[in-house]
Amino acid sequence: MAGRKKETRTFEQQLARLEEIVARMEKGDGELAESLALFDEGTALAASCAKLLDEAEQKVVRLMKGGDGAPVELPFDEEQEADEHE
Amino acid sequence: MERPIYQVSQLNEYVRSLLDGTAALQDLLVRGELSNYKVYPSGHHYFTLKDREGALRCVLFKSQAQRLRFQPENGMKVIARGRVSVFPRDGAYQLYCAGLSPDGVGELAVAFEQLKAKLAAEGLFDPAHKKPLPPYPQTIAIVTSSAGAAVHDMLRILRRRYPLAKVVLLPVRVQGKEAPAEIAGAIRYADRWKVGDLIITGRGGGSMEDLWAFNDERVARAIYACETPVISAVGHEPDVTISDFVADARASTPSNAAEIAVPDQTELRRWLRDAEARAVRAEEARLALCRRRLNELTDRRVLRDQMALVQDRRMLLEHLCQRLGDLSGRCVGEKRRALGALAASLDAMSPLKVLGRGYAVARNEQGIVKSYQDAPAGSRVEVLLGEGVLECVVEKGRP
Repeated sequence: MAGRKKETRTFEQQLARLEEIVARMEKGDGELAESLALFDEGTALAASCAKLLDEAEQKVVRLMKGGDGAPVELPFDEEQEADEHE
Repeated sequence: MERPIYQVSQLNEYVRSLLDGTAALQDLLVRGELSNYKVYPSGHHYFTLKDREGALRCVLFKSQAQRLRFQPENGMKVIARGRVSVFPRDGAYQLYCAGLSPDGVGELAVAFEQLKAKLAAEGLFDPAHKKPLPPYPQTIAIVTSSAGAAVHDMLRILRRRYPLAKVVLLPVRVQGKEAPAEIAGAIRYADRWKVGDLIITGRGGGSMEDLWAFNDERVARAIYACETPVISAVGHEPDVTISDFVADARASTPSNAAEIAVPDQTELRRWLRDAEARAVRAEEARLALCRRRLNELTDRRVLRDQMALVQDRRMLLEHLCQRLGDLSGRCVGEKRRALGALAASLDAMSPLKVLGRGYAVARNEQGIVKSYQDAPAGSRVEVLLGEGVLECVVEKGRP
């Protein structure tokens, strides 16, 4: 496919788009060329979503109030926290 | 002996010293029903404790009154604790209360019901105010203790179900005097800075006393004021707190909150595979349909006849072209022959031919000299011969 851009949509947006695509394909009206393009986009989205899930590693931070009141993120070490309070 | 005469204030002081000196009156519990309850602008509470036969005046000073967890109401059965003394100005003895608690039910239970009724009346539990939870939260703010089991349970389940979401922890104390203000503050802070698109607040199980911070009015109001959806997750299954009523969603435990907060990736993956299969099926059906329609069309007689017709036309056209070619070829030949004939007769009529036979032509500046009058004596003429030109001067002309 020419000029496929890097996926910048959120997981949720991608899911919503995939849902829309599948629903439209199942309705089966519209041009063949359009349906082929939808199919390409749909399979790419399904792969992208699965990849996001595969690669996701939950980020956990601890929030502190910074000098200007704005939040400051600090690392959160679960093990250490648990030990400290045991 | 003369009997002493006291001043009123002296007597009051005397009685007071007697009462104050009686150990049994220094710290006692009295059961009764509240009546005539008044809160003065000074912050002190004045009321009367009654039973069927008697009444006792009581005062609860501001510092003690502030520690009350429930709102005393007339008719409420209570147990008051305090000391008995005299208020010298009135000459009346009264109970100086150190504490007041509901009789029969726990004071926390009374406080809970009172706050619940108050907030319900204000509409804080109104289902219309509840916000939907984001189906796929990107960042989850958790307001709880960073040490308890609750946070670990939540992190474990969030990680297993939906590692895509980022988790931001706002550590607070979840029990003790400072807890309500810290929890309320962290909730307001998370909302104001849009730390997450979902807030979970709560703690693990404990006694009603332990969970008390989540029955605090400040926490309830902070949750109510949030633009971010809030899940309340306090204690175990049977525990219910005011936070649970105000929050947009109530979880029975912190683990349950994590389950409510995010979708399960197992289901998501199944859905994704399903969506892909549906797309493939739809596309195959689509292509099959297109192919069938195309076949149907090409099989039609009209289409075939049309093709034959085209071929006929093409043959006709070729035939015509050939004829046209022949015709044009013949046409050119005839013209060429005609042209040859014309050229020959032109040649026959050429004056040069005549000159060739010995004739001559005379001409001057006026043109061909056809009469002697055209060339007077002495004028110059040219005489064209079959070969060459003579330049002559006319000597004389005659008719």
